[in-house]
Amino acid sequence: MNHLTKVQRKRRALRVLGDVYAVLIYTVLYIPVAVMMIFSFNNQRYNYYWNGFTTQWYEKLFNNSAIIDSLWYSVIIAVLSTVISVVVGTLGALGLKRYEFRGKKLVNSMLYIPIIVPEIVLAVALLIIFMTFGFSLGMGSILIGHCTFCIPYAVVTIKGRISGDGNSLEEASMDLGANRMQTFFRVTLPSIMPGVMSAAFLAFTLSIDDVVMSNMLAGAKNSTLPVLILSMNKSGITPDVNALTTLMILAIVAAMLLSGGVKALLARRAKRLEAE
Amino acid sequence: MAEAIVTLTDVEKSFGSNLVVQKMNLDIEAGEFLTLLGPSGCGKTTTLRMIAGFEDTSAGSIKVQGEPVEDKEPYQRDVNTVFQNYSLFPHMNVYDNVAYGLTIKKVPKDEIKTRVGKMLELVQLTGYEKRKPDALSGGQKQRVAIARALINNPKVLLLDEPLGALDLKLRKQMQLELKRLQKRLGITFVYVTHDQEEALTMSDRIAVMNGGVIDQLGSPKEIYDHPKTRFVASFIGESNIFDGTVQAVDGTLLTVETPAGLMQTRGEGFAVGEAMHISIRPEHLLAEKQPVPGFDLAGRVKDFTYLGTAVKTAIDLKDGTEAKFSRIEQDAECAEGDTVYVHWKPEKSVAIKKTAG
Ligand SMILES: Nc1ncnc2c1ncn2[C@@H]1O[C@H](COP(=O)(O)OP(=O)(O)O)[C@@H](O)[C@H]1O
Ligand SMILES: [Mg+2]
Repeated sequence: MNHLTKVQRKRRALRVLGDVYAVLIYTVLYIPVAVMMIFSFNNQRYNYYWNGFTTQWYEKLFNNSAIIDSLWYSVIIAVLSTVISVVVGTLGALGLKRYEFRGKKLVNSMLYIPIIVPEIVLAVALLIIFMTFGFSLGMGSILIGHCTFCIPYAVVTIKGRISGDGNSLEEASMDLGANRMQTFFRVTLPSIMPGVMSAAFLAFTLSIDDVVMSNMLAGAKNSTLPVLILSMNKSGITPDVNALTTLMILAIVAAMLLSGGVKALLARRAKRLEAE
Repeated sequence: MAEAIVTLTDVEKSFGSNLVVQKMNLDIEAGEFLTLLGPSGCGKTTTLRMIAGFEDTSAGSIKVQGEPVEDKEPYQRDVNTVFQNYSLFPHMNVYDNVAYGLTIKKVPKDEIKTRVGKMLELVQLTGYEKRKPDALSGGQKQRVAIARALINNPKVLLLDEPLGALDLKLRKQMQLELKRLQKRLGITFVYVTHDQEEALTMSDRIAVMNGGVIDQLGSPKEIYDHPKTRFVASFIGESNIFDGTVQAVDGTLLTVETPAGLMQTRGEGFAVGEAMHISIRPEHLLAEKQPVPGFDLAGRVKDFTYLGTAVKTAIDLKDGTEAKFSRIEQDAECAEGDTVYVHWKPEKSVAIKKTAG
């Protein structure tokens, strides 16, 4: 220890400080999550103190048809807006990247407007339009609302993954006898697949936890899960919401582990094939 | 003369108001190695892309095997291309890249397998089937690109500066391999390059392009020994080029006045007073201590360099032009700083008509 120079000692101190900082940040971030998970097993209605272990809130949750229904409602909307925004986003990104046309700059910058404008503004605007044209509110209106912000995000994400060297891959494909359709499905789409996947994840996430649009554009009948939870919270947080969010977090962690595992597996297989 | 497999008749191409290819006429013979040679931006790639079908012609017509191709999509044309940047499909391994054309044509799987195997053997890439393009060197990518095109048995293979991205040594090696491959398969190669040495080494015929026009079409030897325009003379190999006016005509012997001084050459169809150019290779230049009749090119020797067995120097002429001079012998007649009288055997130089522009 004594042989360390002043500079070395300073560096070591800084590194320790950095580690402490990181641990602190993560603790602050994850303590609430941990507390919530623990309290979902709390045998007591109000989340003030620990009163013993129970799984009753999970039972209650599965018997709560309002929550289960709105979960499905949310998932269906999220899946549909993901599909729509990925399809539209892929075509839009390809068009904006590969073709020259008048007003391209304008279209490109207008893409960011739905991203920048506060969501509530878009929601109000859409609501006014729907009212004006007598469009009844419900799943359709929420779906349209979600698409207004999911599509721009999808376009931007996919555009970033399209290589800049023009149509050369497509030309190579056509040169080898593939028509436009074959070229799109065999060359274009696979080569931008990573971007399309990121866009899909992003769109799904944005849609499933959206509150503003989902609240504003919901009809009288159904509401999405986040909206429902928010309204439940007005009368205090109940442990069955804790149970629900715990399950959601577990589902996300499982999904992440799964995708990580699949990726690692694919990488290992590719390496092995290469080595052969 | 063999039959023409690709015919370009008065082909033109403009991008907006920019006329990139002008009135191009070219018959490409079956089985030949034809090179489009010219500086960057002269329209070589555009010409190739019109043959492949990636650009429409603005005027004129292109025929492949006697059939007009204007109405055919790239995927309907019997030509294949090796692209400048290879354009291998990054998400496919070597096998799938090479098999692509056959897969699209729904060739049976076993047949694909044997043909890909043979093709990879031909380009010496057996064992690389499972590699992704990312994991290949430049030379290997190049071979995959060639295999991927050749497997379709095209009538014509178009190659756009295929060796441009390789280092010099690999390029030399690939030049020989490509030439050998072309001879062995008997496929017509239309090869684009801006490297005149590469063109001279590989081609049966060279079309030298300049500003969208074919300046000269001929065998490497014709192009090298008898350049028809000033541009060709300056672009192919090293050359001293003088601009002057004919002062006297004696049979085929021309005496020409230039800013650098008086000189002689041989040529037919020149008249006294006509503006013209003379091209002379550095290795044909002679230098004497005494003035030589018919020439008045005094100069001072500078930058005298021995390159092993060769001697290279520049001679400053009176109007400031530098004459490049090289000789493959040790006992050069002059040393740095000497005043020498430059001349040559008139028949060693080329008399070039002055063309418009
Ligand atoms: N798609 C295009 N749009 C506009 N101009 C082009 C296009 N492609 C090529 N050009 C122009 O045409 C000229 C010839 O280009 P090119 O055929 O690529 O030359 P080379 O291959 O001989 O270097 C250049 O001046 C280039 O800028
Ligand atoms: Mg080019």
